[in-house]
Amino acid sequence: MKKTAVLGISAYYHDSAAAIVVDGKIIAAAQEERFTRKKHDSRFPSLATAFVMQEAGLRFEDLSAVVFYDKPMLKFERLLETYHAFAPRGLGSFIKAMPVWLKGKLFAKSMIARELAKLGATKVGILFSEHHLSHAAGAFYPSPFEEAAILTIDGVGEWATAVIGAGRREKIRILKEMHFPHSVGLLYSAFTYYLGFRVNSGEYKLMGLAPYGDPKGEQTQLFKAKILESLVDLRDDGSILLNMQYFDFAAGLKMIKEKKWEKLFGYPRRKPESEINGEHTNLASAIQQVTEDIVLRLAATARRLTGSSRLVLAGGVALNCVANGKLAASGIFDDVWVQPAAGDAGGALGAALACYHIYFGNARYTEAGKDGMAYGYLGPSYTNESIAKELNRQDAVYHYFEDYDRLAAVVSKELLAGKVVGWFQGRMEFGPRALGNRSILADPRNPAIQKRINLEIKQREEFRPFAPAVLEEDAAEYFASDAPSPYMLFVTQLRDEWRISVPDDAAGVYEKLYAVRSAFPAVTHVDYSARVQTVGREANPRFRRLLLSFKDISGTGILLNTSFNVRGEPVVCTPGEAYSDFIRTGMDCLVIGDYLLYREEQGTGSIEKQSLPSGKINPAKEQGLSFTIPTGFLYNPLWGIGKPNLVGAFHIGGWANRIRLKLSTLGDGQTEFGWSFPLWGMGKPNSVEAFHFGGSANRIRLKLSPLGDGQTEFGWSFPLWGIGQPKAFFTSSDARSHANQRVEPFCLKYHRKHQIPIFIVSNEGMRYLFAFAGEQ
Amino acid sequence: MDFIRELFYFFRTRKKYWLIPAIVILLLLSLVVVLTMSSSIAPLIYTLF
Repeated sequence: MKKTAVLGISAYYHDSAAAIVVDGKIIAAAQEERFTRKKHDSRFPSLATAFVMQEAGLRFEDLSAVVFYDKPMLKFERLLETYHAFAPRGLGSFIKAMPVWLKGKLFAKSMIARELAKLGATKVGILFSEHHLSHAAGAFYPSPFEEAAILTIDGVGEWATAVIGAGRREKIRILKEMHFPHSVGLLYSAFTYYLGFRVNSGEYKLMGLAPYGDPKGEQTQLFKAKILESLVDLRDDGSILLNMQYFDFAAGLKMIKEKKWEKLFGYPRRKPESEINGEHTNLASAIQQVTEDIVLRLAATARRLTGSSRLVLAGGVALNCVANGKLAASGIFDDVWVQPAAGDAGGALGAALACYHIYFGNARYTEAGKDGMAYGYLGPSYTNESIAKELNRQDAVYHYFEDYDRLAAVVSKELLAGKVVGWFQGRMEFGPRALGNRSILADPRNPAIQKRINLEIKQREEFRPFAPAVLEEDAAEYFASDAPSPYMLFVTQLRDEWRISVPDDAAGVYEKLYAVRSAFPAVTHVDYSARVQTVGREANPRFRRLLLSFKDISGTGILLNTSFNVRGEPVVCTPGEAYSDFIRTGMDCLVIGDYLLYREEQGTGSIEKQSLPSGKINPAKEQGLSFTIPTGFLYNPLWGIGKPNLVGAFHIGGWANRIRLKLSTLGDGQTEFGWSFPLWGMGKPNSVEAFHFGGSANRIRLKLSPLGDGQTEFGWSFPLWGIGQPKAFFTSSDARSHANQRVEPFCLKYHRKHQIPIFIVSNEGMRYLFAFAGEQ
Repeated sequence: MDFIRELFYFFRTRKKYWLIPAIVILLLLSLVVVLTMSSSIAPLIYTLF
């Protein structure tokens, strides 16, 4: 009998991913960012699709359907209606959004067909699921429950921002929806922005910051009251109405109206990377409390409407594990299951499952106590042979262990000695969490380890907490909740006997951070909370054996477990990337499969080796191109804005003193959108002194010397509406000096140590080649 | 053609006929944007804008 195989795809917004379901079983799923090495990559998931197809052993003609995780036309309808409702405000946002839609998103079906054709698909039916139906299906179908209430909450899908539904066997009924612009996710993102973090990626940081506030303090309660009085009208059933006088996301280019927020809370928006003080932490605490209140009320409504004693959760807000922990402890439901890839990446999986059960009408079978997510290990894996091949290619010095128990014993000893170990095993996790296959591990009892991993290894903010992985049977000994938590999605409290009281709770953020307040300071937050991963007998045998081995010599079956990546980059996928991260950070040991590597035995690695992701060719190196540093260029740090993702040419001269820009709006280096503008009355510019992106978000800043004497200056800046961030620039003189050189397409790296960009730009025809790197 | 058909179904299903003029104008504008992607016509477009 022919198998029913469904390929699910999410793309074009953030976190694109592909997942494949064959006869109801989830075979493979992966985020595109893991392959392209661009965090939150939103491009079509070509590499992820190729991987899941290969993993399932299927050709495109074997597929029953391809499903996209939302309905672009409905989304476009929402955009147009919103602009219409807010007109004439919103013109800037309209100009920014329309080119992107008209060039691609609106024609999603043909875009997807084209991309699939590149992968070899000739004729495949493409279906579209609703965004929150995808989330609901992703939450319910893989859950271990035959029937359950469904709650999905995120920023926004087409119109819906939160949905309550009911699932029974293969049926899903949507019961209630909350609609844009009234959104819990966008409310939380607005505070993420106000507190100086990036929207769509900094929400974790806000959640991690909240416990540093004083939850019952006067200022926190005042902030909470202000939020509920001025920003959010919270109803008994958990639905909310946002006061759009304070928000700008519906029609503007920013999340909030900063002046109004400043007046309301008494201080301006925190600048990214600036110091964090008490009023920031208290506001974080206040919005976290409001969010938990909303989630609990929505859950109570879901319980009332469905009568079910079980709840399944998905959507970006379901990654708020503090709220999840409160929900699980509230007793509203007997059982709560959260989709581990709750964000948009999980939409690909949900869409595939929705198609399989709803569109094709296939039956669903559940096994009590066991979900269908394979503990999240749905990504690629590598054999010992391929690992050895890669390590040899990198000239790595390694030790092979035939006996895994011996390897676990040696690694345990290293952990006990305070070493930080990169841990790479089996199939990569699907979703944002590393669950013991792409992890960085350490001894959680070591008080200095949190600071070391945050600053030296992950190169991120020091206040960010780490999570413990604990043997499932030991969880109750250390933590308030003994319910299995294999996906690290619930925050619980450390038991009293492991706490160390700290006298001055009114201290500042850093005093709180470095006070040793428990027997496991590296994985206990300042409020004694911990985001626990329980490791059961079936979940991950190799990781479990390491925990057991560590327990044998330390008496504690807990390890610090954080994702194997550095700031601004996705979790590593291949052995080569693991080795590259190992070399350029302060990790002491690396375990890949059955191979153990010690840092002190490895070479130092060249700059190129450290900077460029493995598997990618460094064209400059290949072509023997020398890097030049243009004089007069002001290096601008990219703090807080991540990597720029676009490339193009910046050209002066040519037709009558015009500046012409060519940018790759989709960030793929292929598509181009260009315009030019004249330099009226300014004469011919002879140099561009600074090209600036970042700072005040996606602006180009030009400084010109209009009299051509290099002394007088005239500068202006303009926003890059609709085109995102540029990747590179060159000046006319630099271009001339490289005019005869031609190389293959560009690459970009970000020099972590010096916080400056390194660009290599290649163009053809009237375009030029230019490359430069920062000063060492 | 596939897109036009789907657009028609969309208007009919959602009963949002008032959006038709807006979408038609935007699609015409998108034609200009698409033309700028072609390197042979791009210089002409640049001088126009």
